[in-house]
Order: sequence, then structure tokens, then C-alpha cells
Amino acid sequence: MGVLATQSFAIDITVMPTEAQQQRYDDLTHEFRCMQCQNNSIADSPVDLAAELRRDVKEQIIAGRSDAEIRTAMVKRYGNVILFRPPLSGGTAWVWITPLVVLFGGVVVAVVVVRRRSAMLAGDDSAVDTEELPEEKR
Amino acid sequence: MNRFLLPIIAFFMLGAVLYIGVVHSPNKSTMASALLGKPAPAFELPVLGEPARKLKLADLAGRPWVMNVWGTWCIACREEHAALLDIAREGRIPLIGLNWRDEDEAAQQWLAQLGNPYSAVMIDREGRTAIDFGVYGAPETFFVDAAGRVQYRHVGPMTPEVWQREFLSRLPRGPSLP
Repeated sequence: MGVLATQSFAIDITVMPTEAQQQRYDDLTHEFRCMQCQNNSIADSPVDLAAELRRDVKEQIIAGRSDAEIRTAMVKRYGNVILFRPPLSGGTAWVWITPLVVLFGGVVVAVVVVRRRSAMLAGDDSAVDTEELPEEKR
Repeated sequence: MNRFLLPIIAFFMLGAVLYIGVVHSPNKSTMASALLGKPAPAFELPVLGEPARKLKLADLAGRPWVMNVWGTWCIACREEHAALLDIAREGRIPLIGLNWRDEDEAAQQWLAQLGNPYSAVMIDREGRTAIDFGVYGAPETFFVDAAGRVQYRHVGPMTPEVWQREFLSRLPRGPSLP
């Protein structure tokens, strides 16, 4: 019953000639964004365009192309948008670096706040006052 | 003053990020083609209504041309049809149709009923050429220059304004094409 239910909801029922090819096919089709419904991969999307792109992945695998070649071919047509994980290059570096910078900034702020509060809790009244002193100004 | 300054700066920076994000979100109608400035993908497709004829990319080389992706199932294509007919009447540049995922009979009926703005209509029933052009919805219209490079892609119905601003402006000045 469980198997039946899963199959009836599966969008993609493509069967590749070998198990290794099937694995590559499954991985690749989950890597590409469906350009019509942008939060689905082509493996999960029911629209025609996704089916056509799956067919293209299948044909390229059978034609003996490598995963990298297939990715390059997709990006050539649709741009980096089609990849859920954009490649790390000059133009896209900020996508990967910005979150780390923001995270680091957050940690710094948290540490400063915790230190100040514990200084206040320690009963040192001057810690409260120093906040208003000119030399503390940024 | 001191304790509010940082939160206010942070607030405005966050606001700026969100504003930019909203204004420049990858809107379907503004997404630039990945092919801009690059050679148009090769194709060889049957021509609608001329079973013996095939049209290749090379056949169109040497002068600019425009490719319009359409299908009879596409509602917005009906919307832009009058604009395409006007463009055809102007006769400045060949307008090649790419009949996408369609039936030949339906396509021919459409052209007979609404008028045919195309110099030729290529049949892409399986959507292979459309994929190579990075098409993700109809209608889409591509400008290919004389060197065979894609120079512009418009997503959505063609309008006289878009034609004037984005297509005619890319056409080299000179006598209109025969």
C-alpha cells in the first residue's frame, strides 16, 4: 500500500538503463531548478518544461556526458539561476561570503552584550554609567 | 543617543537590503537571458506548411532576425498577435516563428484566422530548440544580430513600446529589408 501510494504521487518515473546512471540521473534532476515554478527541482515539478529538461538530462547521460558537462550545458541555456547551489566564482562569491560575515558580526555583538551585562550583574555600578561616558561613544 | 545609533543604522541597512531584494527580485518578466552576447544555439527544424523544407541557423546568418516563441495553447500569444502583425507590416527585419509544443493543424488554423506575421514558422514540437534558447514560457522574443549572436530576449507579450525600445534600437541604421 505504501509503495503504491508513493508511486502514484511520483512525478518522475524515468528508468535509466543502469543503476549507476539512475543514481546520477536522480542526483542531477534534483540539482536543477524548474524555471517555471522556481522553488521546485525539475525532478519534483509536474510542468512540461521540467519533463523536457529531465528528458534532456537522461539523453545526455546516455550519450556519455559527465555530470560537469551536463551542468555546464544547463547553465549555458538558463544561467546560474537554474542551479540551486550556485558555483563559487567571482560574481557569486558574495552569496557564500555574506552569510558568514553577518554570522560573525552577530557573534561579536552577542559577546559584547553578554560581557556588559555580566559586568553590570557583578554589581559594578560604574559599568552602567560608563555607557553614557563620551569615551565609550562609537 | 549612543544606544540607539547602532540599531537605527542596522534598521536602515536591513531596510535597504530588503528594498533592493524586492525591487530586483528575479521577476519572470525581467530575467535576462543567459545567451546575451553569445552565439544563438544551432538548430535545424521543419517549416510549418512546407513539409519539404528545413530551416537552419546558418540559413539566417548575415543579417539580424527576430525569433518569436509561440503556441496556440498560449493565451498571451493571442494578446501580442496584433503587435506582431504591425511589426511584419513594417518589414524592417525578418520575424521567424518558433511554434512550441503545438499541433501543426492548430497552428495553421491560428495563422489563417488571425493573420501570419512570420517570414517562416519553425516547428519545435518536442521543445528541444526552445530549451537550447533557454525558453521558459511563451511568448518570448529574441533578437539575433547579423553575426548570429543573441542580443536581447523579451519575456511576455510583445508591445509596440518594447519593439521600439529594445528591438528597433538594436537594428543597424539603413534601408529596410526587402
